[in-house]
Amino acid sequence: MIPSLPRPLWLRASTAVFLVAFLVFLFLPLVIVAVFAFNDANYPAPPWHGFTLDWFLGNDSAGRVGLFRDTQLLASIWTSFVVACWVTVLAVVVGTANAFLMERADFPGKGALSMLMLVPLVIPGVILGISILAFASRVADFASDVFGLELDFLRPGLPLVVLGQFSYIVAIATLTISARLKRFDRTLEDAALNLGATRPAVLRTITLPYLRPALVGSAAIAFLMSFENFNTTLMLVGADSPLTIMMYGRMREGATPVLNAVSLFLMVASALLALTLMRRNDRKDA
Amino acid sequence: MLEATATAAWHRRLMLGLLLAPALLWLFALIVLPHLDLALLSFREPVAPRKYVPSLAQYRTFFAEPLYWHVFMRTAILSALATALTLLIAFPVAWTIAKLARGRMGALLFVVCLIPFWVSETVRTLGWMILLRESGVLPALLVRLGLTNGPVELLYHDATILVGLVYTSLLFMVVPLVGSLESLDNSLIEAAYDLGSGGFAILRKIVIPHAAPGITAGCIVVFMLTLGNYLTPTLLGGKNSLWFTEQIYTQFITRFNWEQGAAFGFLLLALSTAMVWFGLKLSGQRFSDVMRRT
Repeated sequence: MIPSLPRPLWLRASTAVFLVAFLVFLFLPLVIVAVFAFNDANYPAPPWHGFTLDWFLGNDSAGRVGLFRDTQLLASIWTSFVVACWVTVLAVVVGTANAFLMERADFPGKGALSMLMLVPLVIPGVILGISILAFASRVADFASDVFGLELDFLRPGLPLVVLGQFSYIVAIATLTISARLKRFDRTLEDAALNLGATRPAVLRTITLPYLRPALVGSAAIAFLMSFENFNTTLMLVGADSPLTIMMYGRMREGATPVLNAVSLFLMVASALLALTLMRRNDRKDA
Repeated sequence: MLEATATAAWHRRLMLGLLLAPALLWLFALIVLPHLDLALLSFREPVAPRKYVPSLAQYRTFFAEPLYWHVFMRTAILSALATALTLLIAFPVAWTIAKLARGRMGALLFVVCLIPFWVSETVRTLGWMILLRESGVLPALLVRLGLTNGPVELLYHDATILVGLVYTSLLFMVVPLVGSLESLDNSLIEAAYDLGSGGFAILRKIVIPHAAPGITAGCIVVFMLTLGNYLTPTLLGGKNSLWFTEQIYTQFITRFNWEQGAAFGFLLLALSTAMVWFGLKLSGQRFSDVMRRT
């Protein structure tokens, strides 16, 4: 049970075995993906045929298109990046506004609104996707029938993907930023105001710097969640596929190890993001 | 003086309006109205091009066509099973992190558990496909070990789908469990032990009641995510996956039968909401507390 109580040997041994098995279970799929990015074969499967960088650098003449020559994949990474940037900016800005609204303002119906803000988190992503798709189409049809306006951004495509992802990611940003704003000592603001600072100056020099870790943290989470989102995106996507949709399509067909290469790239990128965040936090604590 | 207070009040009202606008725009334009629209869509039936009448036809089809409710029930049952399995696997891990590991080991183990979830679900599923398919790593290993005569197909079974779903869900169970176990005072366990309780009694009478909020939060989130998952069941289950989200996709995108797809969407939403509600009632918790926990 706990360290201060005697634990029989069999219990300690089985705990250790269980933990090792658990870690293997956790990391085996990732290790396998990474290893087969370097296998010198046309299909990501055993046996091992030797080491190659073809799946990163290869071009058409070698008969193998590597990640850095695969224009389709590169374009989809770029698409995901652009979408994620939009979602991040929107989610952090609106999330901050929501945090101030919930922590600082008082108005009738506040309780109901704060409940409503949590609802997007319990709606399955697929349903968020179809509801936004149907509603946007209705609005676009209406505009086209009544005003003769063609609102193309309401048809399946990247703007709709951004809105769909934003609709639930902003709820997470709101929670994160509200939690930190709640712990803020308001006497600091009062002190600054008493000393003659204007309200915008107080916001800029005191409140926002205090919120900074939450802002950075929620931005990172928003970016990551947007980049990895599949369910909502699948329903709203148009001609330009973000990376997850592109990878899904290729995985169904049985793709070459170029998918392993792009996966490895994603692993390295998210590891770097995680490390940067952790280092920031360590510095803040020190 | 009076003028100054009036200006201040006006300022306050302006600020409130500016802060309310994005929140209301988000919640109404992207959540409330789309779902009302989806409800309307599910309660109508096309009778001629661009002509509709209100009807329950979409819901009748769901109950009349065995395939549809079969898939629905199957999705629900497999999701519940995946949630239970996730809890069984995550609990000892959370216990080790919260209670057994000393000093930095606990924190380190916790971070190690989180790492795989920084990587996209697509990548993790790709890993399982390479491991499990007929030409994959595990079947080759089984042949090498002499356990099977030829490579066996390990993909496209219900068990495969469960493995994938449990794998994807672990994080969402471990995090709330660690949170609720860390707050459990060790002296309670020691007292129970000194008074002669066995391990199982301690677990049942002290640990589980104390960790109930964390267990509920984890189960709600895992069940909901599993029910709404699309990627893992379709890729690991192939044509046999028969997952309900796939039916929604087929109706909406492939067949362009939005009315039917909307009805399916609502049924899934109803099931998901019912489970969340049930979980909250069972543990007597408030929705907002559970969401903040995860």
